[in-house]
Amino acid sequence: MASSTRDFVLEHSTPAALKAGSDVLTVVVDSASLNGDLSWANGAPARTWRRSWLDTFDWRLYRAGLTLEQIAGRDGAELLLTGRDGEVLATQRLTGSGTPWPALVSRLPAGPLRELIEPVAGIRALAPVARATSRVTELRALNADAKTVARLAVDRMAVTFPARAAALPRLTLTPVRGYGRLTDRVGRAVAGVAGVAASRGTALEAALAVTGRRAGELPGKAAAVELSAPMPAARALAAILTAQLDSLEANVPGTVRDIDTEFLHDLRIAVRWTRSALKLCGSVLPAGIAGEFRPQFRWLGDLTTPTRDLDVYLLEFDAMAAGLIGAAVSDLAPFRDYLERSRAAEYRKLSRGLRSSRFARLTADWRAALAGVRGTRKGPTVAQLAAERIATAQRKALRTGQRITAASPPTSLHDLRKRCKELRYLVEMFGPLHDPAQRWQAVRELKALQDCLGAFQDAEVQRTEIRMLANRMLADRTVPAETLLAMGEVAAGLAGRQHAARAEFDSRFAAFAGPASQARLASLGRAGAA
Amino acid sequence: MRIFATYNIKGGVGKTAAAVNLSHLAARDGHRVLLWDLDPQGAASFLFRIKPRVKGGGKALIRGTRSVGAAIKGTDYDGLDLLPADFTYRNLDLLLDSAKRPERRLASLLTPLKAEYDVIFLDCPPSISLLSESVLHAAGLLLVPLIPTTLSVRTLDQLTEFVAGFAGHRPDVLAFFSMIDRRKRLHTSIAAELPVARSDFASTAIGALSVIEQMSVHRAPVTAFAPRSVAARQYGELWQEASARAGLTG
Repeated sequence: MASSTRDFVLEHSTPAALKAGSDVLTVVVDSASLNGDLSWANGAPARTWRRSWLDTFDWRLYRAGLTLEQIAGRDGAELLLTGRDGEVLATQRLTGSGTPWPALVSRLPAGPLRELIEPVAGIRALAPVARATSRVTELRALNADAKTVARLAVDRMAVTFPARAAALPRLTLTPVRGYGRLTDRVGRAVAGVAGVAASRGTALEAALAVTGRRAGELPGKAAAVELSAPMPAARALAAILTAQLDSLEANVPGTVRDIDTEFLHDLRIAVRWTRSALKLCGSVLPAGIAGEFRPQFRWLGDLTTPTRDLDVYLLEFDAMAAGLIGAAVSDLAPFRDYLERSRAAEYRKLSRGLRSSRFARLTADWRAALAGVRGTRKGPTVAQLAAERIATAQRKALRTGQRITAASPPTSLHDLRKRCKELRYLVEMFGPLHDPAQRWQAVRELKALQDCLGAFQDAEVQRTEIRMLANRMLADRTVPAETLLAMGEVAAGLAGRQHAARAEFDSRFAAFAGPASQARLASLGRAGAA
Repeated sequence: MRIFATYNIKGGVGKTAAAVNLSHLAARDGHRVLLWDLDPQGAASFLFRIKPRVKGGGKALIRGTRSVGAAIKGTDYDGLDLLPADFTYRNLDLLLDSAKRPERRLASLLTPLKAEYDVIFLDCPPSISLLSESVLHAAGLLLVPLIPTTLSVRTLDQLTEFVAGFAGHRPDVLAFFSMIDRRKRLHTSIAAELPVARSDFASTAIGALSVIEQMSVHRAPVTAFAPRSVAARQYGELWQEASARAGLTG
C-alpha cells in the first residue's frame, strides 16, 4: 500500500492571513480553491508525536536513500522506514515508549523493517540524529461522492535535538491509492497558495537545517580537504591533519560510550593517518613539531590496540565457530567468555586513557600546533611534496616486495604490508591533486595486494594470539579440555587461511609490480610536480 | 495471507454487509486488508464510495492484461483497500471458461498480492457458477450467511458436500445466521440449536437490524459510523470467531 507523498513548506513570505495569526489549515482551505467536484473536509483530530530520526554515525541509511524514524504518540511507538520519495517501505510497532537508543540493529524486533536495514547498517549502532515534537492537523480532499482522495497534513515541528529550533510549518499531501490524478489537482491548488512552496527536502533535512546542520555530513573526510598544487606543503599538511583530528575527536564520545565497535576503528584510522603523515611528511612542518607529537600519537595508537584486536576476534567469532568441523560450537563458549572479559578489562583502560588529561592535552596542543602552521608560506609546494613522497614510497614498496622469496619469513610480508599502507595513505592524502579516475584505479590495484597481505598477517597475529590466550586460560585454570581442542581447530583454520593468502601472494604482487600498475602510480607521483 | 469469502447461492442474505464490516474490523486490528467486490451490482464499492469501475473490465483482469494491483483503490479507512466491482463482472463465468484451469484462476490472480496484504475478502455474487467454484478454490475460509430456515440449512449441506469433493485444497466452512428476526419463533429456535449441534456454525448471529440497512445511507461500515451499536458488537464477535478459525488470532 505504498504511496508517494508531496511535501510543501510555508516560506518566509507567509500569507498575510497567517501573519495575522490565522491557522495554517484555514488559510489553505480559503486560498487553495478546489475547483469543480472536489472539496475540503476536516480529517483526523490533531495529534502530537515525538519523533526521533535514527541513523548510524556515518549516515549509512541516509546515504542509501533510507529514512528511519521512531514516532511515539498516545497509541504507543513505532518505527517507520521510508524511501527516497517518502514512500513507506516498512513499519514496526515497538513495545512501551520505544527502544532505548543508541542500539544495534540486532536489538530491534525481527521483521521486514529489520531485514531491510540490517544489511545497510551492518555492525554500526543506530542513534538519534535529530529529535522533534510534531503537532499534526489534517484536512481531507473529497470527490463528488464525499470519498477521501487525498490527505493534507500540516506539521508544526519543534526541533529539540541537535539544538532547539522551530521549523517552518510543513504540509504533506498523501494520495489515497488509486486517486493519483485527483491528488495532482489538489497538489496544484495547494502549491498555488501564496507563500507555499514545494519542499525540496525531507522532514529530517528540514529539522537539521533549522539547527544549522546537514544530513550526511562526516567530520574529517580527507577527500573533502581542498588542496591546490601551488599550496605550501606545510599548510596543506596542516589542513589534512586538522581534518584527521576532527575525525579523531568526533569518534571519541562514541568510543567512550562504547556505542559500537566502529567508533574505535575510525578513531584508530585517524591516528594511523596522523602517524603516517608525521613519519612520511613531518619534515615539512616547522622544526620540532613532528618530533614532539610522533611519540604522543604512538602512545595513543598503543592505547587503542588491545581493545580493537579483541573487537576483531569477537566480530569474527561466529564465522570462526561456523568453520569448526570436529569440535562443537558450544566448546568455544568459555573462549568467547574469556575474550569478552578481556575486552571489558582492556576497554576500561582505553576509556580511562581517552578521558585522561594527557589525551585532552594532546588534542588541544596538536590543534594549536596545526593552527600555527596554517599561515606558512615558505617551503615546497604540496604538489612537489606529494610527487616526491609518492615516488619514494612506490620505490620502497616495489623493492621490499621484489626481495620476498618462497623462503622469506612472515615478517618480510609484514614489512611489505607496512610499505603498501604508507603508499596508500599518501595516494589518498594527496588525492584532491590527482585525476580521480587514475587515483581510483591505482588504489584499487594497491588494495588487491593489501587485502592479500592483510589476510596473511591477520591470520599470523591471530594464531600467535590464540596460542598466548590458551596459555593464559590454562594458567587461570578456567579452561576445559574441549575448549582448548576447539581453539586448536580454530588455529588450524587460521593456518589454512594464511597458507591460502601466501599462495595467492606471488600473482597479486606480480600484478602490482606490472608495468601498467607501476606507470599509473608513477603518473600520480609526477602530477603537478612541475 | 488469509483469504476469506462471503458466499451464498442466495441473494439478500447479508453477504456484502458481512464482507464490508469484517474487512473494516480486520483493518482496525492492524491487518493490511483488501476487499474484492466480485458482484457486478457493486454494493460493497457503493458502500465505500468507490465507483464500480475497473479499467479494461473483468476481461483485462482475468486475462492478466491489467494487473490486479493497478485496479485497487484505497478506502477512507487505514489499512483497507478495495478492488472495485465492474458491470462486466456479469460475464466472469464466460471469461473464466476461456482461461486455463478456470477454477484456479482467481487464486493465481491473488498470488502477487501476498506481500502486500495480510487478509483478503472476496465478496461473491449470489450464484453457483464457475466463478463461485474459482472463489471456493481460492478461499481459506468460507463465511456463509444464512437466514435461519430449514431450506437454507439444506443449501449449506449441499455446499459442504460440494466442497468436500474437491481434490487438493478445500476451504474451511463457517456458517453464521444473518438477518435474524427475534419476533419469529422459527428463527430463534433454529439459531439457538444449530450452532450448538454443528461445528461449522459460528455462535454469533447477526440480527435484522435497521442500523445495518442504514449503511447504504451513511455509505460506511456499521463498525465505523455506529461503533457502539448492537450490530457493530455482533460483527465484532463474528470477526473474533472467524479470525480465530482462520488462525489469525488465538
